[in-house]
Amino acid sequence: MPVKQTEITLNVNGQRHEIAVDPARRLSVVLRDDLGLRGTKIGCDAGDCGACSVLVAGEPVCSCLMPVAQLRGREVTTVEGLSADGMSNLQAAFLRHGAAQCGICTPGMLVAAEALLTRIPTPDRDQVEQALGGVLCRCTGYKKIIDAVMDAATPRTQAVLPVAGAAVGARLERLDGTAKVVGTEVFGADLVPTETLLVRAVRAPFHAGRFVLGDFTGWGRDKGVTVLTAADIPGQNRYGVIPGFEDQPALAVDRIRFKGEPVALVVGDAAVIEPLDLGGFPVDWQETTPVLTQAQSRATADTPIHAARVGNELITGQVKQGDAPAGLAQAAYVASGTMKTAYVEHAYIEPEAGVAWLEGDVLNIHACTQAPIMDRDATADILGLPRNRLRIRESATGGGFGSKLDVTLQPLIGLAALKTGKPCRMVFSRTESLQTTTKRHPGDMQAQIGVDADGHLCAMAFSGDFNTGAYSSWGPTVANRVPVHASGPYRMPNYHAQATALHSNGPSSGAFRGFGVPQAALLQETLFDDLAQKLGMDRLAFRLKNALQDGDRTVCGQEIYGVGIGTCLEALKQPWQQAQTRVAAFNAAHSDIKRGIGVASCWYGCGNTALPNPSTIRLGIKPDGSLCLHQGATDIGQGANTVIPQICADALGVAIADFTLIGTDTFLTPDCGKTSASRQTYVTGKAAEMAGQALRALILGRANAGPAARICLQDGQLVVEDNGETRRIDPAGLPENEYGYVLMAEETYDPPTRTLDENGQGVPYAVYGYGAQMAEVEVDLRLGTTRVIRITAAHDLGRVINPLLTEGQIEGGIAQGLGMALMEEYIPGRTENLHDYLIPTIGDMPEIDSILIEVPDPEGPMGAKGLGEHVLIPTAPAILNAIRDASGARITQLPALPHRVLRAIQEATT
Amino acid sequence: MTAFYQPENLMDALTWQSENTGVIAAGCTDLLAATTAQSLRGAVLDISGLAEIKNISRQEDGAWRIGAGASWADVAAAELPAAFAGLQQAALQVGSTQIQQVATVGGNLCNGSPAADGMVPLRVLGAQVELVSVRGRRRMDLADFVTGPRQTALAPDELMVALHIPAHCAQGKSAFVKLGARKYLVISIAMAAARLVVEDGKITGCALSIGACGPVATRLPAVEQLLTGITSQDAIAGVTDVRVAEHIAPIDDIRADRGYRLQAAGEVLRRAVAQALEATECR
Repeated sequence: MPVKQTEITLNVNGQRHEIAVDPARRLSVVLRDDLGLRGTKIGCDAGDCGACSVLVAGEPVCSCLMPVAQLRGREVTTVEGLSADGMSNLQAAFLRHGAAQCGICTPGMLVAAEALLTRIPTPDRDQVEQALGGVLCRCTGYKKIIDAVMDAATPRTQAVLPVAGAAVGARLERLDGTAKVVGTEVFGADLVPTETLLVRAVRAPFHAGRFVLGDFTGWGRDKGVTVLTAADIPGQNRYGVIPGFEDQPALAVDRIRFKGEPVALVVGDAAVIEPLDLGGFPVDWQETTPVLTQAQSRATADTPIHAARVGNELITGQVKQGDAPAGLAQAAYVASGTMKTAYVEHAYIEPEAGVAWLEGDVLNIHACTQAPIMDRDATADILGLPRNRLRIRESATGGGFGSKLDVTLQPLIGLAALKTGKPCRMVFSRTESLQTTTKRHPGDMQAQIGVDADGHLCAMAFSGDFNTGAYSSWGPTVANRVPVHASGPYRMPNYHAQATALHSNGPSSGAFRGFGVPQAALLQETLFDDLAQKLGMDRLAFRLKNALQDGDRTVCGQEIYGVGIGTCLEALKQPWQQAQTRVAAFNAAHSDIKRGIGVASCWYGCGNTALPNPSTIRLGIKPDGSLCLHQGATDIGQGANTVIPQICADALGVAIADFTLIGTDTFLTPDCGKTSASRQTYVTGKAAEMAGQALRALILGRANAGPAARICLQDGQLVVEDNGETRRIDPAGLPENEYGYVLMAEETYDPPTRTLDENGQGVPYAVYGYGAQMAEVEVDLRLGTTRVIRITAAHDLGRVINPLLTEGQIEGGIAQGLGMALMEEYIPGRTENLHDYLIPTIGDMPEIDSILIEVPDPEGPMGAKGLGEHVLIPTAPAILNAIRDASGARITQLPALPHRVLRAIQEATT
Repeated sequence: MTAFYQPENLMDALTWQSENTGVIAAGCTDLLAATTAQSLRGAVLDISGLAEIKNISRQEDGAWRIGAGASWADVAAAELPAAFAGLQQAALQVGSTQIQQVATVGGNLCNGSPAADGMVPLRVLGAQVELVSVRGRRRMDLADFVTGPRQTALAPDELMVALHIPAHCAQGKSAFVKLGARKYLVISIAMAAARLVVEDGKITGCALSIGACGPVATRLPAVEQLLTGITSQDAIAGVTDVRVAEHIAPIDDIRADRGYRLQAAGEVLRRAVAQALEATECR
């Protein structure tokens, strides 16, 4: 049906535009597609996330909810309009405070803050929260955003980069931050080459069943669109992230295993594809009864979802040390319990998006991702392409948290581009993103933990069924990681832990910050409170008493060093005592509202579990004297684009400002593996350190200088000062290698691990990181609502490469842990939007005190350990322990929604 | 045929609507949130530009008229008597700042959601709705207007143009309490509003309402009657869960279960009553 277009005059950022447009079209789309102002982001098309906020006549509105004709000439200000005179003080404050991480919510935050600052130039925290309450952020934890807005009145100054040798440890603004705050960053949906076709997927309307395609060719001809089905896939229509577990079709054949599974693609001009009613696509759907929980999966074991996975079991992992039953039998006290956790959605504000096009015979894919090489390999296999004919270019990635490790649209847009010969793009709607991308595994867990009369842990038995959903994704990793970590960072001489991944017709569960460890920690850490109570011991002291120390053996029998958990728990002693006093005073004065405190620890192995995961860093000097760092570790907001250069700069001994950063692009950057498993600072950082040292050795050798010499780059020349002597190397005079470098180093690092035996004994990781968090909460005893007042987070990073980014990771992890504890529950088929699936808003965040601990790791670069996943592991159990301390409520099912808390309070008091 | 009609005045709007029966668009925060399409489809009547349905004003007889096209930001910013405090508190809790800028009072009511934030404080104000079409003008109680979830008495050719708060309902002080699982951008688990008139320590007028605990927001006449005439100190004790439960019909949903709502409804209502009384005391 032709859409009547109207001539409309738009006044945007002081410029007048006259365009012919459908008057009922969303303003957000008009700004982006018709005016090319793609700084305004689209996260939900429903007013739930605020990413698309713009100012209309000075007031913030969601541009996704405004038909363009409703402007009626009123002035619109977008993020691009905030920096009309260079960068504004507000934008500079965002950079200075680290308020932009992945950057996808940044335009919406800035615009909403601008409206506030126009009224109130120096707002207080409450005013900032009120003004920004309508914009969701998933990675910062909001604290730095609040700090930045409160500090926006400070005139901007040019950031000073550290001198040679001073990069590591510096509180550096992110090196890739400017584009994020001025709105020019190019995310997955932001690159639209001319004549790009739009791709949409026809998706299963139910969880399980079969289907038969009808006359789609005729339908496509009738609509003027190309239809692609599984029959068009030139390669192998089957993929998966773990070798040997490939089980997921790019386009389904006959069988539907989860709601939203794609069965066909429609490709064509955006004007035709976008309004197309896919409900009319010719397909005969036959729905069957779905399997949605672990219990249902066990109950239907005779008719497994995948014929080859007997009993619906994908895999079971276990770790066994000593004799757990005997240890429990001898224990003075045993705590037993269960814990049930929900599907948790990553809910990055950027839904999956990307574009594919051909350059010669090379297929290019520009999309958001955490794992470019894995994208390349999976997509090449599906499309039947050799690896060297597929180039993956990472767009800026607006949050990932594990879910963007798996391919989603890459093979689909790749197929469309190959078949049509034209650029093809796809942008997932929020509903598509929620329905079809991976989730955190729901866990049904039970455990028993025993202590002797002195309070020493003596045994633990743990078992868990994890809902791995329709396809394997990272289910095997979760099944292996959970038993390795379920003891927590404590000495546990007798131990047996098992985790089974069970298939269902829910969305595939995959990687989500912690790979199952946060679920296991919830049970272990809440049972620890039971044990402390039985022993009559202080809960923090009990944990300290059992904390792993240097030279101890883990439950895998690994002797470990650089163990920081004791230091983290020690660091909480004083805050713990102060909080106890505060809480006691509060509780004495209140009867219907009670406060409480809780503590929980984490440990987490960095890198793949006893499997190779190398990173390679290339570093070279060009004839013009420029120094290029090929940095292939995707930066999804966590800061690899800043941290890796910091490490490399100090290893090489030059100023960080001298680097030109290249990547991430599979044709330009060597493999740095995936941004996952908290491995980039450690593994890629180590490769960067080694490459920096190697290039330094090369330069010093050429200059015949000693190890203490200073290297600097001046006017295209390499200047080496050694013992008062200055030597100059002119790169222009040196021969270039195949990469165009006159001096180059390329180093690979792979963590030294040892395969686990059938009892899980071995060396799963070369490096671990540690942390402990204390939560202070307030529980409304009559309504069961919980307000988290403060989190004190002590984390051992071995070496803090960048304190600013570190705090951002901690705060962001806490926000996700808080969400998991109190509100997040993905219900397949029901919570397919961001008003039914709730994540924390700016008003839900507590005060956060970060305590950064440095217990150097013998293996990590400059002593550094990983952090990214560690930070959310202790949050939820610390909150649950605090809720119990405050109210007596023992929560055994997450999220702790008010009705669950109230019921638990009433159970505790009857 | 897609048509997006932006009338110059109410008369044009009514005429067009009588011929086209289009979708009535004001703030669009429900309409565009409910579709994955990038445009509103079909015939659309955009009344967001009609200034004549946006005013909030006191009438000569002491009644108040709130234009159906007033945004929640307009309501929050308006100078209104203390009886409207609950409505203004609710205005600041509709969605987010962004939503409040454009979302209208009339749209909130016509959308007919059982969790509509506007319903509860407007019920305690005894609001009547004014509906207009080319056929004429009519008024009805808000209670009769929203008949069920997503069901209203609005005829296809009608527009809601205003809400009327009778003079006797603009008396006293009111409060609104919303219970949700997070601070902002949240759909209520339960909500309550109370409007109380207190004279010499005695409650002489009382209006109570609960929302998100049944198909439509409800008044609690039996509890209101019980509270009327007693001293303000005794008011809270009168609002028992059992009495409240008689007026509501909550269900299990993803936000909470029925059993919880039966308890929480009473609690939020007691808090609304307490807040309204507190406001009464510090005049």
